[in-house]
Amino acid sequence: MRRFADLYEAIDQTTSTNRKVEAMVAWFRAADPADAAWALWFLTGNRIKRLVPTRELRSAAVAASGYPEWMLAESYAAVGDLAETLALLVDSLADDEGDLPLHVWMARVVTLPTLDAAEREAALRRWWAALPRRERYVFNKLLTGAFRVGVSHTLVVRALAEVAGVPAATLAHRLMGSWAPTAEAWRGLLGEEQGTEDLSRPYPFFLASPLEGEPASLGDPAAWLAEWKWDGIRAQVIRREGTIAVWSRGEELVTDRFPEVATAAARLPSGTVLDGELMAWRGEAPLPFADLQTRIGRKKLDKRVLDAVPVALVAFDVLEADGVDLRERPLSERRARLAEIVAPLAPAVRLSEEVRAPDWEGLATHRQGARELGVEGLLLKRRDSAYGVGRPRGPWWKWKVAPLTMDGVLVYAQAGHGKRAGLYTDYTFAVWQDGALLPVAKAYSGLTNVEIEELDRWIRRHTVEKFGPVRSLEPVHVFEIAFEGIAPSPRHKSGVAVRFPRILRWRRDKAAADADTLASLQALLRVQA
Amino acid sequence: MGTREPLLRPTPAGLWCEPGGFYVDPWQPVERAVLTHAHADHARPGSAAYLATAPSLPILRRRLGPDARLESIAYGEVRRIGDVDVSLHPAGHVLGSAQLRIAHQGEVWVVSGDYKRAPDPTCAAFEPVPCDTFVTEATFGLPIYRWEPPERTAAEILAWWDTTRAAGRPAVLFAYALGKAQRILAELARLTDREVYLHGAIAPIVDIYREAGVAMLPTRLVADAPAGHRFAGDLVLATPGSQGSPWMKRFPGAETALASGWMRVRGTRRRHSVDRGFVLSDHADWPALLDTVAASGAERILVTHGSTEPLVRWLCERGLDARTLPTAWEGEGDVIVETPTAGAPG
Ligand SMILES: [Zn+2]
Ligand SMILES: [Zn+2]
Repeated sequence: MRRFADLYEAIDQTTSTNRKVEAMVAWFRAADPADAAWALWFLTGNRIKRLVPTRELRSAAVAASGYPEWMLAESYAAVGDLAETLALLVDSLADDEGDLPLHVWMARVVTLPTLDAAEREAALRRWWAALPRRERYVFNKLLTGAFRVGVSHTLVVRALAEVAGVPAATLAHRLMGSWAPTAEAWRGLLGEEQGTEDLSRPYPFFLASPLEGEPASLGDPAAWLAEWKWDGIRAQVIRREGTIAVWSRGEELVTDRFPEVATAAARLPSGTVLDGELMAWRGEAPLPFADLQTRIGRKKLDKRVLDAVPVALVAFDVLEADGVDLRERPLSERRARLAEIVAPLAPAVRLSEEVRAPDWEGLATHRQGARELGVEGLLLKRRDSAYGVGRPRGPWWKWKVAPLTMDGVLVYAQAGHGKRAGLYTDYTFAVWQDGALLPVAKAYSGLTNVEIEELDRWIRRHTVEKFGPVRSLEPVHVFEIAFEGIAPSPRHKSGVAVRFPRILRWRRDKAAADADTLASLQALLRVQA
Repeated sequence: MGTREPLLRPTPAGLWCEPGGFYVDPWQPVERAVLTHAHADHARPGSAAYLATAPSLPILRRRLGPDARLESIAYGEVRRIGDVDVSLHPAGHVLGSAQLRIAHQGEVWVVSGDYKRAPDPTCAAFEPVPCDTFVTEATFGLPIYRWEPPERTAAEILAWWDTTRAAGRPAVLFAYALGKAQRILAELARLTDREVYLHGAIAPIVDIYREAGVAMLPTRLVADAPAGHRFAGDLVLATPGSQGSPWMKRFPGAETALASGWMRVRGTRRRHSVDRGFVLSDHADWPALLDTVAASGAERILVTHGSTEPLVRWLCERGLDARTLPTAWEGEGDVIVETPTAGAPG
């Protein structure tokens, strides 16, 4: 665990991405393959689910530290990370066991779910006592699964590609899909030739960057393909030999969740990979994202659910056809191929239609109508662009419609996590209805550090009541909140739910009484419907 | 003593001692102020007369201006003010920092000011003063805050400097201009004799400490570096406020660090966007707060300046009469307020 803590620290102790990559390269070169596999597994965001219930972790920490539960709660509010809080509170004295490598620890850790609660607590306390604070912290991070160390997937891929001596794109592809953290898997990842490529493996998704300026800066509109930016779940659909797979962008295998798409995919020729957006879709029009969400929330997909919310893949790219990787071919060629492939698969797979206009003004007009169509705006892709890796600026842009906005009153605050630990940064905003303030949105981002600190001081001095970690506040400050959409929601007291709310700015010029009303939000609801 | 008037009570101008006719570290201008130490949140300009310890006088002079009426008193010397006897006792926080003892008709109150119990070569060590009512700070009033021995932290700072030297990069260490910067220079002087570069706001306080006989590493002003000097391998001590300012452009490729008790928590370090956080505080950690409360022998504890609620609750659960005392001394959050000579203490 000491060497793994060294890696964590080396990455964590620099804000420079180059130095993070250097640290990973050096560490992986010297690492035992079994340790390297686990380290990579965690660095790429994997976690072991349900190792220890949080409630048990907390009670073990209370028992091991001698501090009461309320002190743990106060400390957690200041730290913002449970693993770290426990490492700071449980003061280990002895480190008599000597250091054990990461994979040996993991072999122990994975047995936790097989123990009963009392045995688990005993094991946790024994292990905490055996680990020095630094190692105890990293160990807790593995337990709680929230293993974020400030390196993006791209950086890990870059480091690993250097260790393996292969191009980053090749390594990114090898890392896609699921793999077990074993020494064999590690050797396979680094190996020159991979014996049997996993048939279900997707390609790394290529992403569009937000277009901030005017599209005229992109030059001749004829060089660009415009299509709607659908608001669903980005996915790749794969058919290779007998294998059919639907992968979401979160690298989750979701084949079972979308049987209509999987069934259609079975009719694809072997060696085909499509990229598109999974959408709730009926007839010729998409259904609201909220419908897709309800369907995802359903455990059982019986006929009733499938009939109520049918799903289609709106395909916009083909990455592999007849077993040949097409990603380096120009988009115009891929689109032509795509049109042929998906034509026979309607309605479960449909072609993402091209939005045509003679000039940028024409496209801008289309974009204005986006919200009524239930889409987020337009995607602009260079017709000669390859299907790359990651999100480089240049070949693909998303040109979203301007967000909806409202003025809300800050009514609750809660301490943040991670970088915002110990500061009140999780805000709830309310609008007026019949002289009362009704909470409608939570937002975490959008203020500068200076504003956050100023607001934090104000919050501490103007708290009306505390409910555990939440403070209710004097209704004084008004903020302009941007959001992407609004939908009716019986689960919310206000009856509406807003999507992706974020703070645009602090309206110091407005008093609480000037904030928006629920009626004005309901009016937006009607525009959207 | 239930019916007795409290010796000190909070007013809009500050903590007021009625029988003595003075305020303790007032946050608004008053007739007569007694100061525990020279940090910005405790020593504010504009009052008609100040009493403070002799070693803090040169720093206070800089902070309060040439015309301020400053009177000094030796540690332990008793002075009659109004109806009370006051004396100042070492608090171990920064040069000249003191606890204030007030005795009135057989009752004794002690205001801790800011204090720490860890050894510090730059100032007189904290002395426990028995009392009936103890007003304690609680900047780090949670058990997650526990300090390593300072010499270990100093060794970590030196190891970091050695690494950046080997890599040919500047190492810029942010530290409060009053207290922390000098403590780092004094701790490092036990481990090396290399020269350190100083930010312009730190240098005058270093000079004052030197005059007071504190041994520190040799220093030089950043502004006095030869033209074109790129500070490769140098250690630069800077005020936290200079982070992100154009001044930092002088140190291309620099690695940055912040020395503060708040660095105990990873999220705080990440929020400050520094490469390294060195846990070095001039305040008491959780065990030191509890030890000090116990050593005071006080039956009533008033907690101020920081995480007051957890400490109050902890003490009450142990049968002590503990309460929160509201003051305007900054202790909550880790807001870095920067003034030309000193910042909010961390
Ligand atoms: Zn203070
Ligand atoms: Zn202070």
